[in-house]
Amino acid sequence: MSVIVELDAVRRTFPGPPAVEAVRDATLTVEEGDYVAVVGPSGSGKSTLLSIVGCLDRPTGGRYELTGIDVGELSDGELAALRGRRVGFVFQAFHLLQHRSALENVEIGLLYNQTPRRERRAMAEAALERVGLGHRIEFPPRHLSGGEQQRVAIARAIAPRPSLLLCDEPTGNLDSKTSEAILGLFDELQADGLTLMVVTHDPAVSRHARRTVEIVDGVMAEAS
Amino acid sequence: MTLWRGRNRSVGRSRLSWRDLTSEAVAGLLARPSRTALTILGTVLGITALVATLGIARTAGSQIVGQFDALQATSVTVENRTEGFFGGGPQVSHIPWDAEARLVRLNGVVAAGTITRVDTQGELVRSVPINDPLGQSEFAIDVYAASPGLFDAIDATLSAGRFFDAGHDARRDPVAVVGPAAARRLNITRVDQQPAIFVGDTTLVVVGILTDVRREPVLLDAIVVPNGTARRLFGLQAPTKVAIRTELGAARLIGEQAPVALEPNDPATLRVIVPPEPRAVQEAVESDVNTLFLVLGAVALLVGAIGIANVTLVSVLERVGEIGLRRAVGAARRHIAAQFLAESAAMGLIGGIIGASAGVLVVVGVSAAQQWTPVLDLRVPVAAPIAGAVIGLVAGLYPSWRAASLEPVDALRGGT
Repeated sequence: MSVIVELDAVRRTFPGPPAVEAVRDATLTVEEGDYVAVVGPSGSGKSTLLSIVGCLDRPTGGRYELTGIDVGELSDGELAALRGRRVGFVFQAFHLLQHRSALENVEIGLLYNQTPRRERRAMAEAALERVGLGHRIEFPPRHLSGGEQQRVAIARAIAPRPSLLLCDEPTGNLDSKTSEAILGLFDELQADGLTLMVVTHDPAVSRHARRTVEIVDGVMAEAS
Repeated sequence: MTLWRGRNRSVGRSRLSWRDLTSEAVAGLLARPSRTALTILGTVLGITALVATLGIARTAGSQIVGQFDALQATSVTVENRTEGFFGGGPQVSHIPWDAEARLVRLNGVVAAGTITRVDTQGELVRSVPINDPLGQSEFAIDVYAASPGLFDAIDATLSAGRFFDAGHDARRDPVAVVGPAAARRLNITRVDQQPAIFVGDTTLVVVGILTDVRREPVLLDAIVVPNGTARRLFGLQAPTKVAIRTELGAARLIGEQAPVALEPNDPATLRVIVPPEPRAVQEAVESDVNTLFLVLGAVALLVGAIGIANVTLVSVLERVGEIGLRRAVGAARRHIAAQFLAESAAMGLIGGIIGASAGVLVVVGVSAAQQWTPVLDLRVPVAAPIAGAVIGLVAGLYPSWRAASLEPVDALRGGT
């Protein structure tokens, strides 16, 4: 089992005034195939931690390695390239382009990471097939239900075959039945070998996860 | 073809091919078609104005040159060079009496004739030797001496009678051809009765009345007599001016040859007036017509550019979420900047293409209405879309910089 995420005393301070320490001395190791839920109250630093793990943001202290690469040494452009290839994002507000079909939305996940143009369509179709939307590939998002839109977003995240799938409140905009279906999909993806990290305050999500990490006021503790 | 080649490190770089950039930009524009169309309109108007202005100026310029060609471009005039600062001192004419015969021998000369103002010592001209108390009967009318070929050289036409000929000149007959204005003043309408006019005590028989001359308009209100007659009756010393009508295109050549033919010993004593270079006329016309409309077109284009900048900026603010998403899936800042630059440049390019087409149509339409031949520098419709694209590119600089400088975390949080 190789290590996907290695956080060592990571901190993230937003310069003030007043300076805010959103994450303090976070230490966490996530191995390949893990399914980690990050829970905590609003404003506890969950999203900041997720941004750092997803290379959208840099730590102001400590050391973070993603699949063995120290992100502290990377340039802005290299950080973007690393995200594009190693990390898939699923957001609470799906972030789908309304004027493009489901297939085109998934292809955007492959646009910047050097996937050859002719392979993109097949990879995007496979990803949509994987999330159970093979019959809706030409639909624009506005003709899809909330659960289907989130499935398109998940397909976009997994299409480049990332090392890590990061989900920020993936069920926050969905009803409980639809949420359960999405969580079932996450279980399947984990069974396929994908590593998942899900930020949530939904107890149902953390029940599906193998590990649960709690953050309170920027301090992280792993629940047993 | 790849926009940015990745550095070969463990992480590598993100890439976006030209083809992908183009299709993303087109998709971005088509997402809001009516807004895109309205934004493009400003550039369309500006480019249309510029292309139409340049085309109409060139068309009109060519048109005026065409009119000049027919008349002025075939006129050559030779005069004595004025001696001294104020033309004072004894004037010795270097133009010989047989100027006409010398010039018509030159290849390219259609007709030539001398024309010389006659000094009548202030004598007035009458048509009848009676005093009419109710009307003026004596007039100050200029008398000119001419060689017979002059009438052909100046494209003169007659309403009655005939021109005098070489025989009148040789015999020094007291005959005259009068201009239409002079004929009206002297109350002469027909010549079959051989009406007489009197210059002081000198009697002349009117043999012809002019209707029009296309050169030397002074003859319209003048009396023209043969050189020989003027020498005998008025003591004319020498001709002072020669009018030449040339073949089309021969004017400059004749302008060089005429002084030598007239005064082989010292051609420099003669001054030649040749038509101006056609190109100079054309450029003068173009610069007159152009300046105002070019300024208007440039203003319209500036407004169009501001429109593109404005709409692109609004678009960036609306698409913050999309920018965040693209950054999350691996787009570097330069890819975000490139996308918005490509969209604004595409709007400028499309505006330039439509504007160039509309401008050409305007030129053709105006030409058709005026029955002109449309003339357009082919570089103009080619350069117009390029200019539009450059304008769009410049207009997109600030918005795309704003888009590229967004932090991905903030963009994902702020947008939908």
